[in-house]
Amino acid sequence: MSETTPTVDGTADGLMVKAEQVCKKFGNVEVLKGIDLQVRQGEVMCVVGPSGSGKSTFLRCINHLEKIDAGRLWVDGQLVGYHQRGHKLYELREKEVAAQRRDIGMVFQRFNLFPHMTALQNVMEAPMLVKGEAKDAARARAEQLLGRVGLSDRMGNYPSQLSGGQQQRVAIARALAMQPKLMLFDEPTSALDPELVGEVLDVMRDLAREGMTMVVVTHEMGFAREVGDSLVFMDEGVVVEQGVPREVLANPQHARTQAFLSKVL
Amino acid sequence: MSVGETEQRTGMIKAVPVRHPGRWVAAAAVAVLAAMLVNNLVTNEAYNWAEQLKYLFSPPVLEGVRNTIWLTVAAMAGGIALGIVLALMRLSANPLLRGAAWIYIWVFRGTPLLTQLLIWGNIGALFPTLGLGIPFGPEFVSAQASALYSAAAAAALGLIFNEAAYMAEIVRGGIQSVDSGQQEAASALGLTKAQTLRRIILPQAMRVIAPPTGNEAISMLKNTSLVMAVPYLELTFAVQNIYAHTYQIIPMLIMACLWYLFLSSLMMIGQHYLERHYGKGYAR
Repeated sequence: MSETTPTVDGTADGLMVKAEQVCKKFGNVEVLKGIDLQVRQGEVMCVVGPSGSGKSTFLRCINHLEKIDAGRLWVDGQLVGYHQRGHKLYELREKEVAAQRRDIGMVFQRFNLFPHMTALQNVMEAPMLVKGEAKDAARARAEQLLGRVGLSDRMGNYPSQLSGGQQQRVAIARALAMQPKLMLFDEPTSALDPELVGEVLDVMRDLAREGMTMVVVTHEMGFAREVGDSLVFMDEGVVVEQGVPREVLANPQHARTQAFLSKVL
Repeated sequence: MSVGETEQRTGMIKAVPVRHPGRWVAAAAVAVLAAMLVNNLVTNEAYNWAEQLKYLFSPPVLEGVRNTIWLTVAAMAGGIALGIVLALMRLSANPLLRGAAWIYIWVFRGTPLLTQLLIWGNIGALFPTLGLGIPFGPEFVSAQASALYSAAAAAALGLIFNEAAYMAEIVRGGIQSVDSGQQEAASALGLTKAQTLRRIILPQAMRVIAPPTGNEAISMLKNTSLVMAVPYLELTFAVQNIYAHTYQIIPMLIMACLWYLFLSSLMMIGQHYLERHYGKGYAR
């Protein structure tokens, strides 16, 4: 993306993600109705809200898995999915979109590991294919990353031979292998058996401690309180309330936030 | 409750198994039929096993076998390659490509292979000259079709074009069977569409594509016998040529069947290993 001139808005302010009046429609349904959000470098933002509130859709807009219909979205100073010249927006070509996504890691609710590859191959694949990394280098880093998520003894296993928690940890290692500057987590523990949630949250906690910028859509209020730098409550496509997690959780200002939190806490 | 009964309850269960009288009846019936078949094979002189053995490895039969094999291989290789292209066209966002592939499949699946092969055999009447040039404009080179065209090419092309229509649907089904989360995960990692297709989608689709493709290959082995309509010499045509002057019709046809059975058995072994390869990572 070196050929794109960075827009003035996102560059100097140290923001990793900046959303301005982001709107998204699916057919006639307005899923996002003007989202304004900012994620600082190194910040861990937790996004909570009832299902259908648009939080996952917003996350998917950040790496252009969904195209936004109105507003602007920048990641690290670069307009996501478009190139601006004058007042005109040009859609990025497929390769340019792919290049933007390289720097944004994403972890999915259902892991989405590649089932025909071992854990090690899952982690090695993208660096070799996208960055053209040599096999030995990719393998060395994949081994190191799998070790970091506690799976040194599982590298040769296929996803079907791993528990949900192990699969999700492989998925995190796979995303980290691309050395992203931002990590997106889309309900990473929602598909897990309760006793496996902890091992995934531990890995995410370590990642946050190391300074990774993270946007986490989650239902784990304990994680949000402990690890999050900011908490955003979304409902019906708008940001209802945001602030320091401890304060929002202990003392929600908005009636909708209160109603939601009374159900989940 | 007596002591003995308590001991029985905690010990291993020794129950009387359910009897299956139907199995004995079926076994008897099958045994009788098998005995009748063996008896027929041994005593019925119309099989003329000696005649079959005499021609089994004769040069004309071996040439027929050779042609049957290469036609099967060529038709499947070409059919799979063209089928993948057609499947991608059908899944394309471009409505023109989608429509073109649909029409292709409609035509080639909707007409009999035998009729198609007859047309390929007479293609010279449809296109007397073949040329290279600007459509509706001048031609740079041109030649008599009959000079470029052999019966072998007509036979192979006929089978390839027909097979591609079936393979297209098999490949499309395989690609569509891959979970959409795979595409998303690959996109999120920065893979391009082509990389995703090659490294992520197709290898997984192969698990679904391989079994019906194996069936297609075995069908193809037998369908090669239709190219006698071109006409082109293959196994069945070869034995026909033999019994045309020996009048040993049944022995020659049975012998051809033995060859087909032998070849399809080899293919079934190959199919087994292919399916195992692409089933990697899936617990069974």
